[in-house]
Amino acid sequence: MTLETLSMNAKNKSLVPSDPIISIKGLWAGYDAHPVLEDIHFEMFQGDYIGLIGPNGGGKTTLIKVILGLVPVMRGELKVWGKSPAEARDRLGYVPQISRSDKDFPISVWDVVRMGRQAPGFRLSSRLSSKSKQAIEKALSQAGVLNLAKRSFNQLSGGQRQRVLIARALATEPDLLILDEPTASVDSQSTAKLYELLAELNQHLSILLVSHDLMAISTHVKTIGCVNSRMVYHNQKMVTKEMLDLSYDCPVDLLAHGLPHRVLHEHHHEDNANSLSQYEEGKND
Amino acid sequence: MISTIGQVFSYEFMQNALLAGVLVSIACGVIGTLVVINRIVGISGGIAHAAYGGVGIASYFGFDPVLGALAFSLVSSLAMGLTHRKLKDRSDTMIGVMWAVGMAIGIIFISLTPGYRANLMSYLFGSILAVSKTDIWWMVATAIGVILFVVLFYRMLLAISFDEEFATVRNLPVGTLFILMLLITGLTVVVAMRVVGLILVIALLTIPAAIASMFFKDVRVIMLVAVGLGILLNFFGLLLSFQLNLQAGAVIILLAAAVYFGAFILKMSLSKAKL
Repeated sequence: MTLETLSMNAKNKSLVPSDPIISIKGLWAGYDAHPVLEDIHFEMFQGDYIGLIGPNGGGKTTLIKVILGLVPVMRGELKVWGKSPAEARDRLGYVPQISRSDKDFPISVWDVVRMGRQAPGFRLSSRLSSKSKQAIEKALSQAGVLNLAKRSFNQLSGGQRQRVLIARALATEPDLLILDEPTASVDSQSTAKLYELLAELNQHLSILLVSHDLMAISTHVKTIGCVNSRMVYHNQKMVTKEMLDLSYDCPVDLLAHGLPHRVLHEHHHEDNANSLSQYEEGKND
Repeated sequence: MISTIGQVFSYEFMQNALLAGVLVSIACGVIGTLVVINRIVGISGGIAHAAYGGVGIASYFGFDPVLGALAFSLVSSLAMGLTHRKLKDRSDTMIGVMWAVGMAIGIIFISLTPGYRANLMSYLFGSILAVSKTDIWWMVATAIGVILFVVLFYRMLLAISFDEEFATVRNLPVGTLFILMLLITGLTVVVAMRVVGLILVIALLTIPAAIASMFFKDVRVIMLVAVGLGILLNFFGLLLSFQLNLQAGAVIILLAAAVYFGAFILKMSLSKAKL
Protein backbone atom coordinates (compact mmCIF):
# COMPACT_ATOMS: atom_id res chain seq x y z
CA MET A 1 0.00 0.00 0.00
CA THR A 2 2.78 2.36 0.89
CA LEU A 3 4.54 1.74 -2.39
CA GLU A 4 1.34 2.36 -4.29
CA THR A 5 0.59 5.58 -2.54
CA LEU A 6 4.17 6.67 -2.93
CA SER A 7 4.10 6.04 -6.66
CA MET A 8 0.72 7.74 -6.88
CA ASN A 9 2.28 10.72 -5.26
CA ALA A 10 5.15 10.64 -7.74
CA LYS A 11 2.65 10.42 -10.58
CA ASN A 12 0.71 13.38 -9.25
CA LYS A 13 3.83 15.40 -9.28
CA SER A 14 5.26 14.35 -12.62
CA LEU A 15 2.10 14.04 -14.71
CA VAL A 16 -0.02 16.77 -13.22
CA PRO A 17 2.20 19.82 -12.90
CA SER A 18 -0.63 21.85 -11.43
CA ASP A 19 -0.44 24.99 -9.37
CA PRO A 20 -0.05 24.45 -5.63
CA ILE A 21 -3.25 24.36 -3.58
CA ILE A 22 -1.40 26.03 -0.72
CA SER A 23 1.51 28.36 -1.32
CA ILE A 24 3.30 30.02 1.58
CA LYS A 25 6.24 32.37 1.17
CA GLY A 26 8.11 34.00 4.04
CA LEU A 27 5.12 33.81 6.36
CA TRP A 28 5.16 35.22 9.87
CA ALA A 29 2.08 34.74 12.03
CA GLY A 30 1.04 34.57 15.66
CA TYR A 31 -1.08 36.13 18.34
CA ASP A 32 -1.05 39.82 19.20
CA ALA A 33 2.44 41.08 18.43
CA HIS A 34 4.09 37.78 19.27
CA PRO A 35 5.01 35.66 16.25
CA VAL A 36 4.64 31.90 16.69
CA LEU A 37 5.61 31.13 13.11
CA GLU A 38 8.71 32.66 11.58
CA ASP A 39 9.63 32.75 7.92
CA ILE A 40 7.60 29.74 6.80
CA HIS A 41 7.92 28.45 3.23
CA PHE A 42 5.60 25.67 2.14
CA GLU A 43 3.81 24.34 -0.92
CA MET A 44 1.10 21.71 -1.05
CA PHE A 45 -0.25 20.08 -4.22
CA GLN A 46 -3.43 18.27 -5.11
CA GLY A 47 -3.40 14.63 -3.97
CA ASP A 48 -0.82 15.28 -1.27
CA TYR A 49 -1.14 13.66 2.13
CA ILE A 50 1.15 15.65 4.38
CA GLY A 51 1.82 15.04 8.06
CA LEU A 52 3.31 17.87 10.08
CA ILE A 53 5.15 17.02 13.25
CA GLY A 54 6.70 19.21 15.87
CA PRO A 55 6.66 19.78 19.60
CA ASN A 56 3.62 21.11 21.44
CA GLY A 57 3.60 24.87 21.30
CA GLY A 58 5.77 24.81 18.18
CA GLY A 59 3.10 26.40 15.99
CA LYS A 60 1.58 23.42 14.15
CA THR A 61 -1.94 24.39 15.11
CA THR A 62 -1.20 28.04 14.41
CA LEU A 63 -0.06 27.14 10.90
CA ILE A 64 -3.33 25.29 10.29
CA LYS A 65 -5.30 28.23 11.64
CA VAL A 66 -3.50 30.70 9.39
CA ILE A 67 -4.35 28.54 6.39
CA LEU A 68 -7.99 28.48 7.55
CA GLY A 69 -7.99 32.26 7.94
CA LEU A 70 -8.55 32.02 11.71
CA VAL A 71 -5.22 33.62 12.60
CA PRO A 72 -4.05 36.67 10.62
CA VAL A 73 -0.87 36.83 8.56
CA MET A 74 1.68 39.26 10.02
CA ARG A 75 4.16 39.24 7.19
CA GLY A 76 4.75 37.23 4.01
CA GLU A 77 2.36 35.63 1.55
CA LEU A 78 -0.22 32.88 1.92
CA LYS A 79 -2.40 31.73 -0.97
CA VAL A 80 -4.94 28.92 -0.98
CA TRP A 81 -5.88 28.05 -4.58
CA GLY A 82 -4.35 31.41 -5.43
CA LYS A 83 -6.73 33.30 -3.15
CA SER A 84 -6.73 34.60 0.40
CA PRO A 85 -7.69 32.03 3.07
CA ALA A 86 -11.00 33.78 3.80
CA GLU A 87 -11.97 33.57 0.12
CA ALA A 88 -10.89 29.97 -0.30
CA ARG A 89 -11.81 28.34 2.98
CA ASP A 90 -15.23 27.10 1.92
CA ARG A 91 -13.30 24.39 0.06
CA LEU A 92 -11.41 23.38 3.21
CA GLY A 93 -12.74 20.62 5.45
CA TYR A 94 -11.60 21.48 8.97
CA VAL A 95 -11.39 18.78 11.63
CA PRO A 96 -10.42 20.53 14.87
CA GLN A 97 -8.98 18.93 17.93
CA ILE A 98 -11.71 17.67 20.26
CA SER A 99 -11.98 20.18 23.04
CA ARG A 100 -13.20 19.62 26.54
CA SER A 101 -16.27 21.78 26.06
CA ASP A 102 -17.56 19.65 23.17
CA LYS A 103 -17.91 16.73 25.50
CA ASP A 104 -20.92 18.00 27.36
CA PHE A 105 -22.63 19.98 24.63
CA PRO A 106 -26.19 18.65 24.22
CA ILE A 107 -26.36 17.67 20.56
CA SER A 108 -26.95 14.64 18.37
CA VAL A 109 -24.42 13.24 15.91
CA TRP A 110 -26.74 14.13 13.03
CA ASP A 111 -26.96 17.76 14.13
CA VAL A 112 -23.17 17.99 14.41
CA VAL A 113 -22.65 16.72 10.87
CA ARG A 114 -25.48 18.91 9.60
CA MET A 115 -23.37 21.94 10.55
CA GLY A 116 -21.24 21.05 7.56
CA ARG A 117 -24.21 21.95 5.35
CA GLN A 118 -25.00 25.29 6.97
CA ALA A 119 -24.98 27.78 4.11
CA PRO A 120 -22.62 30.73 4.56
CA GLY A 121 -23.71 34.28 5.21
CA PHE A 122 -26.45 35.64 7.42
CA ARG A 123 -29.57 33.69 6.63
CA LEU A 124 -32.68 32.32 8.26
CA SER A 125 -32.95 28.70 9.32
CA SER A 126 -34.49 26.81 6.47
CA ARG A 127 -35.48 23.25 5.77
CA LEU A 128 -32.77 20.80 4.88
CA SER A 129 -32.59 20.31 1.11
CA SER A 130 -32.54 16.76 -0.22
CA LYS A 131 -29.07 17.41 -1.64
CA SER A 132 -27.80 18.37 1.78
CA LYS A 133 -29.51 15.41 3.37
CA GLN A 134 -27.74 13.08 0.94
CA ALA A 135 -24.41 14.79 1.58
CA ILE A 136 -24.84 14.30 5.33
CA GLU A 137 -25.74 10.63 4.92
CA LYS A 138 -22.81 10.07 2.58
CA ALA A 139 -20.39 11.78 4.95
CA LEU A 140 -21.68 9.74 7.90
CA SER A 141 -21.30 6.51 6.02
CA GLN A 142 -17.85 7.39 4.62
CA ALA A 143 -16.65 8.10 8.14
CA GLY A 144 -18.29 4.87 9.32
CA VAL A 145 -20.67 6.50 11.80
CA LEU A 146 -24.02 6.31 10.00
CA ASN A 147 -25.30 3.92 12.69
CA LEU A 148 -24.52 6.54 15.34
CA ALA A 149 -26.51 9.33 13.66
CA LYS A 150 -29.21 9.48 16.34
CA ARG A 151 -26.85 9.07 19.28
CA SER A 152 -25.88 11.93 21.52
CA PHE A 153 -22.45 13.29 20.59
CA ASN A 154 -21.29 13.49 24.20
CA GLN A 155 -21.92 9.80 24.85
CA LEU A 156 -19.47 8.65 22.19
CA SER A 157 -15.92 7.42 22.66
CA GLY A 158 -12.99 9.60 21.61
CA GLY A 159 -12.50 7.65 18.38
CA GLN A 160 -16.19 7.87 17.45
CA ARG A 161 -16.29 11.55 18.22
CA GLN A 162 -13.27 12.14 16.00
CA ARG A 163 -15.00 10.28 13.15
CA VAL A 164 -18.11 12.42 13.58
CA LEU A 165 -15.98 15.56 13.25
CA ILE A 166 -14.42 14.08 10.11
CA ALA A 167 -17.94 13.39 8.80
CA ARG A 168 -18.88 17.02 9.49
CA ALA A 169 -15.88 18.17 7.46
CA LEU A 170 -16.74 15.72 4.67
CA ALA A 171 -20.32 16.99 4.57
CA THR A 172 -18.93 20.30 3.32
CA GLU A 173 -17.64 18.38 0.25
CA PRO A 174 -14.11 19.73 0.65
CA ASP A 175 -11.13 19.50 -1.70
CA LEU A 176 -8.63 19.57 1.15
CA LEU A 177 -9.08 18.00 4.56
CA ILE A 178 -7.18 19.66 7.41
CA LEU A 179 -6.93 17.76 10.69
CA ASP A 180 -5.52 18.98 13.99
CA GLU A 181 -4.20 16.18 16.21
CA PRO A 182 -6.84 13.68 15.04
CA THR A 183 -5.59 10.94 17.37
CA ALA A 184 -5.02 13.01 20.50
CA SER A 185 -7.95 11.53 22.44
CA VAL A 186 -8.24 8.21 20.62
CA ASP A 187 -7.09 4.76 21.76
CA SER A 188 -4.46 2.92 19.70
CA GLN A 189 -6.88 0.52 17.98
CA SER A 190 -9.14 3.34 16.85
CA THR A 191 -6.06 5.28 15.78
CA ALA A 192 -5.15 2.54 13.30
CA LYS A 193 -8.69 2.55 11.90
CA LEU A 194 -8.68 6.31 11.67
CA TYR A 195 -5.55 6.25 9.51
CA GLU A 196 -7.13 3.58 7.29
CA LEU A 197 -10.06 5.92 6.76
CA LEU A 198 -7.74 8.83 5.93
CA ALA A 199 -5.82 6.71 3.39
CA GLU A 200 -9.14 5.87 1.69
CA LEU A 201 -10.22 9.50 1.67
CA ASN A 202 -6.87 10.52 0.21
CA GLN A 203 -7.82 8.77 -3.03
CA HIS A 204 -10.22 11.66 -3.70
CA LEU A 205 -8.98 14.57 -1.66
CA SER A 206 -5.80 16.11 -0.34
CA ILE A 207 -5.00 15.83 3.34
CA LEU A 208 -2.93 17.98 5.68
CA LEU A 209 -2.65 16.73 9.21
CA VAL A 210 -0.82 17.81 12.31
CA SER A 211 0.37 15.66 15.15
CA HIS A 212 2.97 15.65 17.88
CA ASP A 213 3.21 11.88 17.41
CA LEU A 214 6.04 11.30 14.95
CA MET A 215 5.73 7.51 15.02
CA ALA A 216 2.01 7.35 14.28
CA ILE A 217 2.26 9.92 11.53
CA SER A 218 5.35 8.57 9.79
CA THR A 219 3.76 5.19 9.03
CA HIS A 220 0.69 6.64 7.34
CA VAL A 221 1.24 9.88 5.49
CA LYS A 222 2.88 10.35 2.09
CA THR A 223 5.19 13.18 3.04
CA ILE A 224 6.37 14.65 6.32
CA GLY A 225 7.19 18.14 7.41
CA CYS A 226 8.23 19.64 10.69
CA VAL A 227 7.13 22.85 12.37
CA ASN A 228 8.79 24.47 15.35
CA SER A 229 8.54 28.22 14.79
CA ARG A 230 10.33 27.59 11.49
CA MET A 231 9.40 24.85 9.06
CA VAL A 232 11.27 22.08 7.27
CA TYR A 233 9.48 20.43 4.37
CA HIS A 234 11.06 18.82 1.31
CA ASN A 235 8.03 17.07 -0.16
CA GLN A 236 9.40 13.66 0.75
CA LYS A 237 8.70 10.89 3.18
CA MET A 238 11.85 11.28 5.12
CA VAL A 239 12.47 12.43 8.61
CA THR A 240 15.68 14.33 8.17
CA LYS A 241 18.19 15.24 10.84
CA GLU A 242 17.22 18.81 10.11
CA MET A 243 13.65 18.10 11.24
CA LEU A 244 14.71 16.26 14.34
CA ASP A 245 17.08 19.03 15.28
CA LEU A 246 14.28 21.50 14.82
CA SER A 247 11.80 19.39 16.75
CA TYR A 248 13.54 17.69 19.55
CA ASP A 249 16.44 18.29 21.81
CA CYS A 250 17.40 14.65 22.09
CA PRO A 251 19.93 12.49 20.22
CA VAL A 252 18.65 10.62 17.19
CA ASP A 253 19.77 7.33 18.70
CA LEU A 254 17.24 7.60 21.48
CA LEU A 255 14.43 7.85 18.98
CA ALA A 256 15.61 4.79 17.04
CA HIS A 257 15.75 2.43 19.98
CA GLY A 258 13.04 0.06 21.10
CA LEU A 259 10.60 0.49 18.26
CA PRO A 260 8.54 -2.30 16.69
CA HIS A 261 9.43 -0.93 13.25
CA ARG A 262 12.67 0.86 12.78
CA VAL A 263 11.80 4.27 11.50
CA LEU A 264 15.21 5.78 11.40
CA HIS A 265 18.41 4.54 9.85
CA GLU A 266 21.37 4.34 12.13
CA HIS A 267 23.72 7.21 12.04
CA HIS A 268 26.98 6.05 10.34
CA HIS A 269 28.67 8.99 8.72
CA GLU A 270 28.54 12.68 9.07
CA ASP A 271 28.05 13.13 5.34
CA ASN A 272 24.65 11.43 5.17
CA ALA A 273 23.32 13.60 7.93
CA ASN A 274 20.61 15.06 5.78
CA SER A 275 19.01 11.77 4.87
CA LEU A 276 20.05 9.66 7.79
CA SER A 277 16.57 8.58 8.60
CA GLN A 278 14.27 7.03 6.14
CA TYR A 279 11.13 5.15 6.83
CA GLU A 280 10.95 1.52 5.72
CA GLU A 281 7.89 -0.44 6.56
CA GLY A 282 8.33 -3.86 8.21
CA LYS A 283 12.01 -3.95 7.53
CA ASN A 284 14.27 -4.51 10.48
CA ASP A 285 17.77 -3.59 9.62
CA MET B 1 -52.97 32.95 57.34
CA ILE B 2 -53.50 30.23 54.76
CA SER B 3 -55.57 31.15 51.73
CA THR B 4 -56.59 29.04 48.73
CA ILE B 5 -54.88 29.45 45.38
CA GLY B 6 -58.11 30.88 43.98
CA GLN B 7 -58.15 33.61 46.63
CA VAL B 8 -54.49 34.46 46.14
CA PHE B 9 -54.86 34.96 42.41
CA SER B 10 -58.10 36.90 42.63
CA TYR B 11 -56.07 40.05 43.25
CA GLU B 12 -55.18 41.95 40.08
CA PHE B 13 -51.57 42.47 41.18
CA MET B 14 -51.24 38.71 41.65
CA GLN B 15 -52.64 38.07 38.16
CA ASN B 16 -50.14 40.53 36.73
CA ALA B 17 -47.38 38.91 38.73
CA LEU B 18 -48.35 35.49 37.41
CA LEU B 19 -48.47 36.73 33.83
CA ALA B 20 -45.10 38.45 34.29
CA GLY B 21 -43.68 35.18 35.61
CA VAL B 22 -44.88 33.29 32.54
CA LEU B 23 -43.58 35.88 30.03
CA VAL B 24 -40.22 36.30 31.72
CA SER B 25 -39.85 32.52 31.97
CA ILE B 26 -40.30 32.23 28.20
CA ALA B 27 -37.56 34.77 27.48
CA CYS B 28 -35.25 33.46 30.22
CA GLY B 29 -35.71 29.79 29.37
CA VAL B 30 -34.85 30.28 25.70
CA ILE B 31 -32.02 32.82 26.05
CA GLY B 32 -30.79 31.18 29.24
CA THR B 33 -30.23 27.95 27.34
CA LEU B 34 -27.98 29.81 24.88
CA VAL B 35 -26.19 31.48 27.80
CA VAL B 36 -25.54 28.12 29.45
CA ILE B 37 -24.34 26.24 26.35
CA ASN B 38 -22.14 29.16 25.29
CA ARG B 39 -20.69 29.44 28.81
CA ILE B 40 -21.34 33.16 28.98
CA VAL B 41 -22.96 33.15 32.41
CA GLY B 42 -20.25 35.57 33.56
CA ILE B 43 -20.94 38.07 30.78
CA SER B 44 -24.68 37.87 31.43
CA GLY B 45 -24.09 38.57 35.11
CA GLY B 46 -21.97 41.53 34.10
CA ILE B 47 -24.69 42.90 31.80
CA ALA B 48 -27.27 42.60 34.57
CA HIS B 49 -25.20 44.37 37.22
CA ALA B 50 -23.93 47.07 34.88
CA ALA B 51 -27.56 47.93 34.07
CA TYR B 52 -27.82 49.43 37.57
CA GLY B 53 -25.74 52.34 36.31
CA GLY B 54 -28.61 53.15 33.94
CA VAL B 55 -31.15 52.97 36.75
CA GLY B 56 -29.09 55.49 38.75
CA ILE B 57 -28.51 57.96 35.93
CA ALA B 58 -32.14 57.81 34.78
CA SER B 59 -33.50 58.47 38.25
CA TYR B 60 -31.08 61.36 38.79
CA PHE B 61 -32.13 63.04 35.54
CA GLY B 62 -35.78 62.14 36.03
CA PHE B 63 -36.25 59.55 33.26
CA ASP B 64 -37.92 56.17 33.58
CA PRO B 65 -35.32 53.92 35.30
CA VAL B 66 -36.37 51.01 33.07
CA LEU B 67 -35.24 52.98 30.00
CA GLY B 68 -31.98 53.79 31.76
CA ALA B 69 -31.46 50.13 32.60
CA LEU B 70 -32.25 49.18 29.00
CA ALA B 71 -29.74 51.66 27.56
CA PHE B 72 -26.99 50.60 29.97
CA SER B 73 -27.73 46.94 29.47
CA LEU B 74 -27.52 47.20 25.67
CA VAL B 75 -24.33 49.30 25.77
CA SER B 76 -22.67 46.90 28.22
CA SER B 77 -23.79 43.89 26.09
CA LEU B 78 -22.02 45.46 23.16
CA ALA B 79 -18.90 46.45 25.12
CA MET B 80 -18.58 43.10 26.91
CA GLY B 81 -19.35 41.17 23.73
CA LEU B 82 -16.64 42.96 21.77
CA THR B 83 -14.20 42.53 24.66
CA HIS B 84 -14.94 38.81 24.75
CA ARG B 85 -14.49 38.50 20.98
CA LYS B 86 -11.22 40.41 21.10
CA LEU B 87 -9.56 39.10 24.25
CA LYS B 88 -11.15 35.60 24.39
CA ASP B 89 -9.96 33.84 27.56
CA ARG B 90 -8.37 36.97 28.94
CA SER B 91 -11.62 38.96 28.83
CA ASP B 92 -12.69 37.80 32.30
CA THR B 93 -11.10 40.58 34.32
CA MET B 94 -12.10 43.34 31.91
CA ILE B 95 -15.72 42.18 32.05
CA GLY B 96 -15.54 42.03 35.84
CA VAL B 97 -14.32 45.64 35.92
CA MET B 98 -17.13 46.84 33.60
CA TRP B 99 -19.59 45.01 35.84
CA ALA B 100 -18.30 46.94 38.89
CA VAL B 101 -18.16 50.29 37.05
CA GLY B 102 -21.86 49.98 36.14
CA MET B 103 -22.84 49.25 39.72
CA ALA B 104 -20.66 52.06 41.11
CA ILE B 105 -22.20 54.60 38.72
CA GLY B 106 -25.63 53.43 39.82
CA ILE B 107 -24.83 53.77 43.52
CA ILE B 108 -23.38 57.28 43.13
CA PHE B 109 -26.25 58.68 41.04
CA ILE B 110 -28.86 57.14 43.29
CA SER B 111 -27.24 58.68 46.37
CA LEU B 112 -27.27 62.05 44.53
CA THR B 113 -30.95 61.68 43.62
CA PRO B 114 -33.03 63.81 45.97
CA GLY B 115 -36.22 62.61 47.63
CA TYR B 116 -37.72 59.25 48.39
CA ARG B 117 -35.56 56.47 46.98
CA ALA B 118 -36.99 53.28 48.43
CA ASN B 119 -38.55 52.20 45.12
CA LEU B 120 -35.10 52.21 43.54
CA MET B 121 -34.32 49.17 45.67
CA SER B 122 -36.94 47.30 43.65
CA TYR B 123 -34.61 47.38 40.65
CA LEU B 124 -31.99 45.54 42.64
CA PHE B 125 -34.27 43.05 44.34
CA GLY B 126 -37.33 42.90 42.11
CA SER B 127 -40.95 43.78 42.72
CA ILE B 128 -43.05 41.28 40.86
CA LEU B 129 -46.12 42.40 42.85
CA ALA B 130 -45.75 45.93 41.48
CA VAL B 131 -45.59 44.91 37.80
CA SER B 132 -47.59 47.37 35.68
CA LYS B 133 -49.48 46.96 32.42
CA THR B 134 -46.61 48.75 30.62
CA ASP B 135 -44.14 46.27 32.10
CA ILE B 136 -46.31 43.43 30.82
CA TRP B 137 -46.19 44.84 27.28
CA TRP B 138 -42.41 45.09 27.49
CA MET B 139 -42.34 41.46 28.53
CA VAL B 140 -44.63 40.38 25.70
CA ALA B 141 -42.43 42.16 23.16
CA THR B 142 -39.27 40.65 24.61
CA ALA B 143 -40.68 37.11 24.68
CA ILE B 144 -41.76 37.44 21.03
CA GLY B 145 -38.37 38.91 20.08
CA VAL B 146 -36.49 36.09 21.77
CA ILE B 147 -38.63 33.39 20.16
CA LEU B 148 -38.29 34.95 16.70
CA PHE B 149 -34.52 35.30 17.08
CA VAL B 150 -34.06 31.65 18.02
CA VAL B 151 -36.52 30.24 15.50
CA LEU B 152 -35.05 32.26 12.63
CA PHE B 153 -31.38 31.61 13.41
CA TYR B 154 -31.53 28.30 15.28
CA ARG B 155 -29.12 26.37 13.06
CA MET B 156 -26.53 29.13 12.96
CA LEU B 157 -26.80 29.71 16.72
CA LEU B 158 -26.26 26.00 17.27
CA ALA B 159 -23.23 26.00 14.95
CA ILE B 160 -21.52 29.00 16.57
CA SER B 161 -22.28 27.73 20.08
CA PHE B 162 -20.87 24.28 19.39
CA ASP B 163 -17.74 25.22 17.46
CA GLU B 164 -17.06 28.85 16.73
CA GLU B 165 -13.97 28.18 14.61
CA PHE B 166 -15.66 25.67 12.34
CA ALA B 167 -18.52 28.15 11.92
CA THR B 168 -15.99 30.83 10.98
CA VAL B 169 -14.36 28.57 8.39
CA ARG B 170 -17.85 27.99 6.96
CA ASN B 171 -18.15 31.78 6.66
CA LEU B 172 -21.06 32.07 9.08
CA PRO B 173 -21.53 35.54 10.63
CA VAL B 174 -20.13 34.42 13.98
CA GLY B 175 -19.36 37.85 15.44
CA THR B 176 -22.65 39.46 14.40
CA LEU B 177 -24.72 36.61 15.80
CA PHE B 178 -22.77 36.53 19.05
CA ILE B 179 -23.28 40.26 19.64
CA LEU B 180 -26.95 39.97 18.67
CA MET B 181 -27.32 37.12 21.16
CA LEU B 182 -25.84 39.31 23.91
CA LEU B 183 -28.07 42.28 23.00
CA ILE B 184 -31.12 40.05 23.32
CA THR B 185 -29.73 38.74 26.60
CA GLY B 186 -29.47 42.39 27.70
CA LEU B 187 -33.12 42.98 26.77
CA THR B 188 -34.16 39.86 28.67
CA VAL B 189 -32.19 40.99 31.72
CA VAL B 190 -34.13 44.27 31.83
CA VAL B 191 -37.57 42.64 31.78
CA ALA B 192 -36.49 39.94 34.24
CA MET B 193 -35.27 42.75 36.50
CA ARG B 194 -38.91 43.57 37.32
CA VAL B 195 -39.44 40.04 38.63
CA VAL B 196 -36.34 39.16 40.63
CA GLY B 197 -34.14 42.27 40.47
CA LEU B 198 -30.79 42.83 38.78
CA ILE B 199 -28.81 40.95 41.41
CA LEU B 200 -30.79 37.74 40.99
CA VAL B 201 -31.50 37.92 37.24
CA ILE B 202 -28.60 35.67 36.45
CA ALA B 203 -30.19 32.88 38.51
CA LEU B 204 -33.52 33.11 36.70
CA LEU B 205 -31.67 33.12 33.39
CA THR B 206 -29.47 30.11 34.04
CA ILE B 207 -31.02 27.80 36.65
CA PRO B 208 -33.98 26.47 34.60
CA ALA B 209 -31.71 25.93 31.57
CA ALA B 210 -29.05 24.28 33.70
CA ILE B 211 -31.57 21.87 35.23
CA ALA B 212 -33.02 21.02 31.81
CA SER B 213 -29.60 20.42 30.28
CA MET B 214 -28.86 17.79 32.93
CA PHE B 215 -31.58 15.54 31.56
CA PHE B 216 -32.08 16.40 27.89
CA LYS B 217 -29.71 16.21 24.95
CA ASP B 218 -31.29 18.48 22.35
CA VAL B 219 -31.05 22.26 22.59
CA ARG B 220 -34.65 22.81 21.44
CA VAL B 221 -35.97 20.38 24.06
CA ILE B 222 -33.82 22.02 26.74
CA MET B 223 -35.28 25.42 25.80
CA LEU B 224 -38.86 24.14 26.08
CA VAL B 225 -38.24 22.34 29.37
CA ALA B 226 -36.44 25.41 30.76
CA VAL B 227 -39.45 27.58 29.89
CA GLY B 228 -41.80 25.10 31.60
CA LEU B 229 -39.59 24.87 34.68
CA GLY B 230 -39.33 28.66 34.85
CA ILE B 231 -43.11 29.02 34.79
CA LEU B 232 -43.55 26.42 37.55
CA LEU B 233 -40.81 27.92 39.70
CA ASN B 234 -42.29 31.41 39.33
CA PHE B 235 -45.78 30.16 40.15
CA PHE B 236 -44.87 28.18 43.23
CA GLY B 237 -42.32 30.75 44.36
CA LEU B 238 -44.96 33.46 44.14
CA LEU B 239 -47.47 31.35 46.04
CA LEU B 240 -44.94 30.49 48.72
CA SER B 241 -43.83 34.09 49.16
CA PHE B 242 -47.45 35.18 49.51
CA GLN B 243 -48.14 32.54 52.17
CA LEU B 244 -44.92 33.25 54.07
CA ASN B 245 -45.09 37.00 53.47
CA LEU B 246 -41.53 37.10 52.13
CA GLN B 247 -39.85 38.91 49.21
CA ALA B 248 -41.12 37.17 46.04
CA GLY B 249 -37.95 37.41 43.93
CA ALA B 250 -35.76 35.90 46.61
CA VAL B 251 -38.21 33.08 47.33
CA ILE B 252 -38.43 32.21 43.60
CA ILE B 253 -34.65 32.04 43.35
CA LEU B 254 -34.24 29.97 46.52
CA LEU B 255 -36.88 27.55 45.28
CA ALA B 256 -35.10 27.35 41.90
CA ALA B 257 -31.77 26.73 43.59
CA ALA B 258 -33.30 23.99 45.77
CA VAL B 259 -34.67 22.26 42.66
CA TYR B 260 -31.28 22.71 40.97
CA PHE B 261 -29.39 21.03 43.81
CA GLY B 262 -32.03 18.30 44.00
CA ALA B 263 -31.74 17.68 40.26
CA PHE B 264 -27.96 17.63 40.53
CA ILE B 265 -28.05 14.95 43.25
CA LEU B 266 -30.63 12.98 41.26
CA LYS B 267 -28.45 13.20 38.16
CA MET B 268 -25.38 12.04 40.08
CA SER B 269 -27.18 9.04 41.57
CA LEU B 270 -28.64 8.17 38.16
CA SER B 271 -25.23 8.12 36.50
CA LYS B 272 -23.84 6.10 39.41
CA ALA B 273 -26.66 3.58 39.02
CA LYS B 274 -25.69 3.20 35.35
CA LEU B 275 -22.14 2.25 36.30
